[in-house]
Amino acid sequence: MRETAVAVANIDSWLESFTEFEKRAAGRTLPWLHRLREDAFARFCEVGFPTTKDEDWRFTNVAGIAKTVFHSASTAKLAPGDSAAWRVDDVAATLVFINGHFDAELSEIGNLPKGVTVASLRERIESHPEEVEKHLGRYADTKRDAFVALNTAFIGDGAYVHVARGVVVEAPIYLLYLSTRENAATMTHPRNLIVAEDEAQIAVIEDYASVGGESVVLSNAVTELVAGESTVAQHYLIEREHLKAYNVSTLRIQQGRSANVASHSLLLGGGLVRNNVHPVLAGEGGECLINGLFLGTGTQHLDNFMHVEHASPHCGSRQFYNGILDGQAHGVFHGRIVVHKDAQKTDAKQTNRNLLLSDDAQIDTKPQLEIYADDVKCTHGATIGQIEENALFYLQSRGISEQEAKKLLLMAFAEECVERMQSSVARDHIQHLVSEHLLFTEGIVPVSSGERVTERVTGRVVEEVR
Amino acid sequence: MSLLEIRNLHVSVDGNEILKGIDLTVNAGEVHSIMGPNGSGKSTLAQVLARRDAYEVTEGSIALDGKDLLEMKPEEAACEGVFLAFQYPVEIPGIGNTYFLRSALNAQRRHRGLDEMDAMDFLPLFREKLKLLEMDDKLMNRSLNEGFSGGEKKRNEILQMAVLEPRLAILDETDSGLDIDALRIVAGGVNSLRSPERAMLVVTHYQRLLNYIVPDFVHVLVDGRIVRSGGKELALELEEKGYGWTETPQPVGARA
Repeated sequence: MRETAVAVANIDSWLESFTEFEKRAAGRTLPWLHRLREDAFARFCEVGFPTTKDEDWRFTNVAGIAKTVFHSASTAKLAPGDSAAWRVDDVAATLVFINGHFDAELSEIGNLPKGVTVASLRERIESHPEEVEKHLGRYADTKRDAFVALNTAFIGDGAYVHVARGVVVEAPIYLLYLSTRENAATMTHPRNLIVAEDEAQIAVIEDYASVGGESVVLSNAVTELVAGESTVAQHYLIEREHLKAYNVSTLRIQQGRSANVASHSLLLGGGLVRNNVHPVLAGEGGECLINGLFLGTGTQHLDNFMHVEHASPHCGSRQFYNGILDGQAHGVFHGRIVVHKDAQKTDAKQTNRNLLLSDDAQIDTKPQLEIYADDVKCTHGATIGQIEENALFYLQSRGISEQEAKKLLLMAFAEECVERMQSSVARDHIQHLVSEHLLFTEGIVPVSSGERVTERVTGRVVEEVR
Repeated sequence: MSLLEIRNLHVSVDGNEILKGIDLTVNAGEVHSIMGPNGSGKSTLAQVLARRDAYEVTEGSIALDGKDLLEMKPEEAACEGVFLAFQYPVEIPGIGNTYFLRSALNAQRRHRGLDEMDAMDFLPLFREKLKLLEMDDKLMNRSLNEGFSGGEKKRNEILQMAVLEPRLAILDETDSGLDIDALRIVAGGVNSLRSPERAMLVVTHYQRLLNYIVPDFVHVLVDGRIVRSGGKELALELEEKGYGWTETPQPVGARA
């Protein structure tokens, strides 16, 4: 056992959960899937939960997760009225998962263009295992990452989306994950597989929320998104669970030649959130946009861990993350860019901007460049500031109240990220959530002006341009 | 009752006294110009009237229509009819010009017990004022002052003033950096707002603006004190003789 991880304390209860799960799991008779789960579980036991001594987890302590005994969440039914509030208009399809289980009644798959398959992963494993086998578990890293290993061990349900070559799906596919209030601590391991073949176009929204009150829950999601040659794909992650929720999500993107992929995220809820985004630009000429917004208050801990891998020449990546932190909230932005030896002419840029609204709010921002090619352009920058006093006074001097003026300025800061979202359906949904959130977030304290620029670089930096 | 009564106003910034006892009375319908060299305290006076809290009033009083202005927050002063056209208007990315202005107008209307204006009601009013300032409506789809030229920013200030129809308009160096065409347009906008119910305080370093916005009274501010007051001809005299001339002893009064 490495010192950067702790032995899985309640190994017996994990083993019990896993054994129980395997008895009823989808595709349990498929040897490849059985092996995938078994290996992942073994790996999880071996790796253990990370500690803050692990550089990748330096700012985020998951001892709370490691100590808790989580039970697999059971299915639950929502009252029809309860689910209506969650609808997003103008989407191509809606898949609803209650406590991690697909709910066919609440879902609406409707008329999709020919060549588009949207189903629950469970169903697809059973009906078309060979299709699933081609991609499932091939990209997400179970070797180092305990949470991905755990998710892989518990692969049961989630979304399966496949878009055939050249097919364009304009409206986004909406995936809604609701957790209900339970009497014990529960866990779900949503697993999504999104495959867009060459020259296809797709947008998927993953939205995590809670209904019916608070109870301790671990949502540990993994999404593998495979984009073929010249494919255009957008992924949206929304976290708005209650404050007792632990949410760890991993988006692993595999990009083909000239593929154009965007990852957008919005973190509003959750007590402890870890948002892993790991694109691998595996084909030449790929473009990746990684755009996110996190708004924390109270004692929320919101960690954004970016790991952008340039594995081919002539690829571009753009990271933009904006954070607003109030109360005693703690935000993290860790932006790792790895440029492989052959990935010449890489153009990678990273920007993290933060507003701290209280003295106790905290942000750790850490760029990390590992560059093994010699002809690349990598830039990064981070700022930490407060609401600008000049701008606040300007708005107030026209009659807008201090509170309202602050909301406007925060909304404007958030808007920088919202504007980058290409799908108008997703953008409107997210804009609405952000403005509601700002409207009802209490306790914005008086501010002072000034901006601090911090920077910390680790790793090997061959060329760096500011 | 005067619209604005400033009595023995002393103001400090970071412990340095900037204004050292200002007395000034402005009645409805009047246009007063405050002139003075750089660093004399003109902008401080303008900012204090708009209630910027970085300025500490150590002594004296300001009454707006008999109400204690020093008790008001910036937004309250605005709702009571104070408008400051900024020397350096602030660029705010992400807040639309039109949305901002309608929000401001509605905040003031709520304060006065009037119904809010929806976008449909607001648009004709807004268009009319845009025309007055000869502004391109494309600018208005952009973020507040973002990417505006110096002249566009100043025109936008007067546009806001024209929409908000303040009781007391304070123009802080509105002429600085304007070419003659922009100056004429801005002055035209300001002059169209002159009315018996409204007073204006035109803060400027140069006499040039006063060729277009002709004041009823001119006050010369030097080192935090009004050293001279007179009619519009005082501005011309200053232009000719420079501010050094005002430092010879003269009878000092709040009003001409």
